[in-house]
Amino acid sequence: MSARDEILARVRAAVADVTTEPGARGPVPVIQASSPGVSETVELFAENVADYRATVIRTRATEVATAVADAVRSSGCRSVVVPTGLDPAWAQALAGVASVSHEADAATHSELDAVDAVVTGSAVGIATTGTIILDHGPDQGRRELTLVPDTHVCVIDADVIVHDVPEAVARLRPAPGHARPLTWISGPSATSDIELQRVEGVHGPRTLIVILVAADDDTAG
Amino acid sequence: MSTTTPPVGPGEAAYGSTTRTAAEPTGGPVQQTSATFVGMPTFPDAARTALANTQQRRNLHNATHTIRAKRAHVVAEVPEWEALRLAGAEAKDEALTHLGEYLEQLERTLTAAGAVVHWARDAAEANQIVVDIVRAKEVDEVVKVKSMATQEIELNEALEAAGINAWETDLAELIVQLGHDRPSHILVPAIHRNRSEIRDIFTREMGKVGRPAPSDLTDDPARLAEAARLHLREKFLRAKVAVSGANFAIADTGTLVVVESEGNGRMCLTLPETLISVVGIEKVLPTWEDLGPMLQLLPRSSTGERMNPYTTMWSGVHVGDGPQEVHVILLDNGRTHVLGDRLGRQALRCIRCSACLNVCPVYERTGGHAYGSVYPGPIGAVLNPQLRGTASAIDQSLPYASSLCGACFDACPVRINIPELLVELRGTVAQQGGHRAESAAMKAAAWVLSDPKRLAGAQRAATTAGRIIGKRTIRSVPGLGAWTNARDLPTPPTETFRQWWVREHGSEQGTEGDER
Repeated sequence: MSARDEILARVRAAVADVTTEPGARGPVPVIQASSPGVSETVELFAENVADYRATVIRTRATEVATAVADAVRSSGCRSVVVPTGLDPAWAQALAGVASVSHEADAATHSELDAVDAVVTGSAVGIATTGTIILDHGPDQGRRELTLVPDTHVCVIDADVIVHDVPEAVARLRPAPGHARPLTWISGPSATSDIELQRVEGVHGPRTLIVILVAADDDTAG
Repeated sequence: MSTTTPPVGPGEAAYGSTTRTAAEPTGGPVQQTSATFVGMPTFPDAARTALANTQQRRNLHNATHTIRAKRAHVVAEVPEWEALRLAGAEAKDEALTHLGEYLEQLERTLTAAGAVVHWARDAAEANQIVVDIVRAKEVDEVVKVKSMATQEIELNEALEAAGINAWETDLAELIVQLGHDRPSHILVPAIHRNRSEIRDIFTREMGKVGRPAPSDLTDDPARLAEAARLHLREKFLRAKVAVSGANFAIADTGTLVVVESEGNGRMCLTLPETLISVVGIEKVLPTWEDLGPMLQLLPRSSTGERMNPYTTMWSGVHVGDGPQEVHVILLDNGRTHVLGDRLGRQALRCIRCSACLNVCPVYERTGGHAYGSVYPGPIGAVLNPQLRGTASAIDQSLPYASSLCGACFDACPVRINIPELLVELRGTVAQQGGHRAESAAMKAAAWVLSDPKRLAGAQRAATTAGRIIGKRTIRSVPGLGAWTNARDLPTPPTETFRQWWVREHGSEQGTEGDER
């Protein structure tokens, strides 16, 4: 008997006492904190991202390009890589402060390792946990782009921020046959391995700068 | 145990009446104890050595108390925590009770996404599959994400025997590997080491296997983390093959999930051309939506954070992004044996968060090595005897490595009733025999207690002894070493209640005539 058939036979023998059908439990219960309001959710997101010692910069849609360039310049990065689908206006602003390479130019791991920073968009944010989720769409690039450079400048629109984890999970359910890889990011790379105290900065980007773009009708900025 | 002896005591009757399903051959075979832990001494013997290590006790005390406070803080933020625990347990129970269907579904969705699915009955079979894949790639090294499953099957040793270097990339695993040590915690395998010990290990060992530690390395945790970053970066950039485990394997979407902090996981899951993931069959979750409760429960229970820094989810091969050859090995290795026990199967809900270790008064003092397995602490005390059976000295002793205080059950995010399972396993071990002195003592006690004259005689003997001993403490009794090496015996009283009554009232009959 193949290992597969033998393991499945063992499994079936082990649960021979079970009389229910798969899925009889019904839909997965949605247990989540509810949002007190859109602006409170965005504030909580900003607060929790900052709590991980990421830098949060608040801006408006018309000023994102400037904010992105300022973030790269002020963090002392001289080279930056951008994904194929990044807003061309941002890339243009970046060209004034650093040497810009495009995703396709940094084809090898070593080429990427020589780049100081990466600038991307994002797919979803979660307020209760201060999490940013990349689905590696055209404005975010392939996964290693946001992993190898030591500084990640990540732009997130306030209107993609959900309040709690289950809402994000629901939004990100993979389409059959078209699953995207997902990277959930909550603060810069960190470890708790030394005496169980959190220390920022191991293998992933040690500097995470989040540019939070207010929704158009949010005059508070 | 003989059946022709005096009636059993009430406690024994209560436990003895339970049906022991563990012995029924309904599931698969038990796991072979790995070479590292064969002949491991009993828990009390190993614990005695650990307790003598004051540095380790201090390290463990600091670390467990730090993480307890962090966990309590972030759990208190979630008002629906108990509902989440129920949902987490329900998701795992749904998967476990219909495991065959969900495994077949997972195999289909993974295959459709371009992954190659392998099945391994035991450790040897899983290791051979990994070795064969690595050899076919004609490389002599792999980078590894921290994985309990690969520790359990001792994959690193198997790779080494095949001439393949396995580089552990999680900081704590790196500390353990470079220190030629064994892991002592599920989440933080080097929890028994403090920062200055880690600095010494890095300074001494890094240069032997790659980029040396900076010559001016201090014991500042940030500097230690940076040393690991520098040491491992060259390995990440050149590795062609990575080996990982998975925290969750989602049946309806074919998605594997790895939850981590440092980014070493992302490096391994993204940069190499070939990725091999060893996944215990109990890691299956029925549906994508089950991630809702799980991703709320795991980080808060584990590192005491609202969310861990990085979580990677991938479904087979993603064209143009990450490994283009993806293997998934579904591992049994004793799990179907555990599944066959209707009560015991709840231990397979475990999501390896380690909350039970961090709150355990026993673990806090002994550390993880005394448990004789890669699974230490309360969950190890139940899971090891379940996976490996109760034939060895260590596995017979583990169910007793607990005060049954119940803190582990309260902390468990998937509501594994560890104290209940420990009591069940104690019953299993006791029924195997081997506790002759204890059962003889219990039988003698039953004989004495069943007759007032015998009891009075025994009490006279005890009070005589009490008068002789006086106020001294009884620290050991010949023949009762196993009992008295961890306990002082109470000094017998100089007078019993009945003797006092007779002295004050002149007759025992008074007690019966005084009814009111």
